[in-house]
Amino acid sequence: MTFDYDGWIILIGVLVAACCAVPGSWLVVRGMGMMGDAISHAVLPGIALGFLISGTRSGGWMFLGAAVSGVLAAVLTQLVHRWGRVERGAAMGLVFTSFFSLGLLLIVQTADTVDLDANCVLYGAIELAPLDTIDLLGIEVPRVVVPLAIVLLANVLLTLVFYKELLASSFDSALATSQGFAARWIHYGLMVLTAATCVACFEAVGSIITVALLVAPPATALLLTRRMKWVLVWAIGLGGAAAGLGHIAAITVPGWILGGGLDTSSAGMMAVITFVLFLVAAFAAPGRGVLARRWATRRDAMRIAIEDALGLLFRLEERSMDTDREVVEHLLRSDVRIGPRRLAAVRARLRRGALARVDGTCWQLTDAGRSEASSLVRAHRLWETYLAGRSTIPTSHLHAAAERLEHVTDRELVEELEAEVGPQREDPHGRPIPESDLWN
Amino acid sequence: MPSKTAAEGILRGPEHDPTAALSIHDLTVAYDRRPVLWDVDLDVPPGCLAAIVGPNGAGKSTLIKACLDLLPRVSGDVRMFGSPWRQVRSRVAYVPQRETVDWDFPVSVLDVVAMGTYGRLGWLRWVGKTQKQAAMSALERVGLTEYAHRQISQLSGGQQQRVFLARALVQDADLYLMDEPFASVDAATEQAIIEVLRTLRGDGATVVVVHHDLQTVAEYFEHIILLNMRVVASGPMDSTLTAEHLRATYGGRLTLLEQAATALGRLSQPK
Repeated sequence: MTFDYDGWIILIGVLVAACCAVPGSWLVVRGMGMMGDAISHAVLPGIALGFLISGTRSGGWMFLGAAVSGVLAAVLTQLVHRWGRVERGAAMGLVFTSFFSLGLLLIVQTADTVDLDANCVLYGAIELAPLDTIDLLGIEVPRVVVPLAIVLLANVLLTLVFYKELLASSFDSALATSQGFAARWIHYGLMVLTAATCVACFEAVGSIITVALLVAPPATALLLTRRMKWVLVWAIGLGGAAAGLGHIAAITVPGWILGGGLDTSSAGMMAVITFVLFLVAAFAAPGRGVLARRWATRRDAMRIAIEDALGLLFRLEERSMDTDREVVEHLLRSDVRIGPRRLAAVRARLRRGALARVDGTCWQLTDAGRSEASSLVRAHRLWETYLAGRSTIPTSHLHAAAERLEHVTDRELVEELEAEVGPQREDPHGRPIPESDLWN
Repeated sequence: MPSKTAAEGILRGPEHDPTAALSIHDLTVAYDRRPVLWDVDLDVPPGCLAAIVGPNGAGKSTLIKACLDLLPRVSGDVRMFGSPWRQVRSRVAYVPQRETVDWDFPVSVLDVVAMGTYGRLGWLRWVGKTQKQAAMSALERVGLTEYAHRQISQLSGGQQQRVFLARALVQDADLYLMDEPFASVDAATEQAIIEVLRTLRGDGATVVVVHHDLQTVAEYFEHIILLNMRVVASGPMDSTLTAEHLRATYGGRLTLLEQAATALGRLSQPK
């Protein structure tokens, strides 16, 4: 193995991934990820026919055949859905499997006379691709690089030129159509693009992995950004990264496990890496990942627990009641329902934030803590007063409602509440509403 | 060619006003041969707020979509300002129902509003500064300036509806066709929307709205179309919104017609 050989494989992989990322992103945001699957299978009879007619694997015939059968499958899916009264997913399953089988039949039937291998179409042969070279402007390059580069260029250019049309018709096809951009034709244009992409990629990585590269990088990109143009950029970058990492993993990982000299399918490993990247993003993506959401939930729960503890101390103090540590913590456990582990964290945070401390055996609010607690209780009692005047919630039930609302009441909302409630000094239970100057 | 116009006038019947903002003649729309709109015939005068009301399944949304060629017609002719829709496309803005789009789509509020400018831009041209400024000022008109750079999924239902309204405003049209712009919005949003519609009317535009609330229809609109598969009545609010017309629209009078429609749907015509 030379650097050249591995370098070419990685380059081919990156080209394939970048090629797929462009139509794949549009398919995924249109909720048509499976259409990528359908098209990638449905182009097979077109490829076979194109090959039969031209007798070579590099001709424009194969692209033409694939584009025609890809669009035909898309149209047919629509017709089966409408006329056969079959749900769209089932219509897709019906059409693309029959196209694929037809393609397989054509290939197997003619396998004796021509050099097109069903396995190659299914799984690709990226390891062999660098060996089959042509001379391009004096440089020897793998033959598959040429169609891949052309398709990538076409994909990128078309997306740049028709970005606005693709965006509008993907988001709101009725609006696009009402503005004179026939959404149906944009849809079929995208199908042609997908079909051409599939053909260019099949020889390198096969049909199954093409589907992975169409869907997984855009799906991952959507976890990382919420702007379409960045979805496209991320999808290309993630696909490229998966291709590079995939090949490196393919030649190293089996060696770690089974001992030296072994390697596995690079294309297969590339698809595995796209999925790994997706899992990592789904888990760790800022904002939308599982971790980020769990972290946000915990942070909110912690804040609410601290606020509840402050509120409790304030109310005990107000009634001149005992703030003995045991009593307070019992109340926090039973009434506010703070679990023992969170309680320890709350205690630590109160102490660290200098909001409250344990003096001897009793909890004491600090001045800062009292000021914060008083504004919370103020929000709480303003809500109770507001709700009592404007809803049919019985007075005994006001507390629970206000308890939830006080945690999401910012200063602006308090000011609006003050304006609504008027110069009220007591809440419906007869408790004084703390003065607002304690804010400062 | 005056002779041609005259001939068209004869074919389209004398009752149609050539100055009407929206003029529908003999429109029939069917899903799978089952008619949902029968021989719809109506005129909406220019510069007014018009409501389309009727029970569920009356074909209100279908009527708007058929006007814009979003659904195939069985028969009929639709004119806007005397011309077919395709010739006056840039003068017409459409507001679809909010539920028809995926609000999780990766675009910002500003992106969505800027889509209103696409029609004027035409093919192959990118959104530039001018379009973004137009979108910003439309957002200002619906009170959503501060949300311009938010992702659209972060908006409430009422805010989403206002984004759609802003997108229509950007189109700077003469005829607005709006499908349920008041559906599930709060009272404040409803007021904000109706204020915008009144301003549009003040500027000479015509607004046709699918409306579901009979309580407010007389207050908001001055022209009404009562629809239940066919046009029960269409005309100025005062003379058209009568108890008899409402009964005919919402009452059970049309069951025979519905039965016939179902039968037509089942009919297997050799084609």
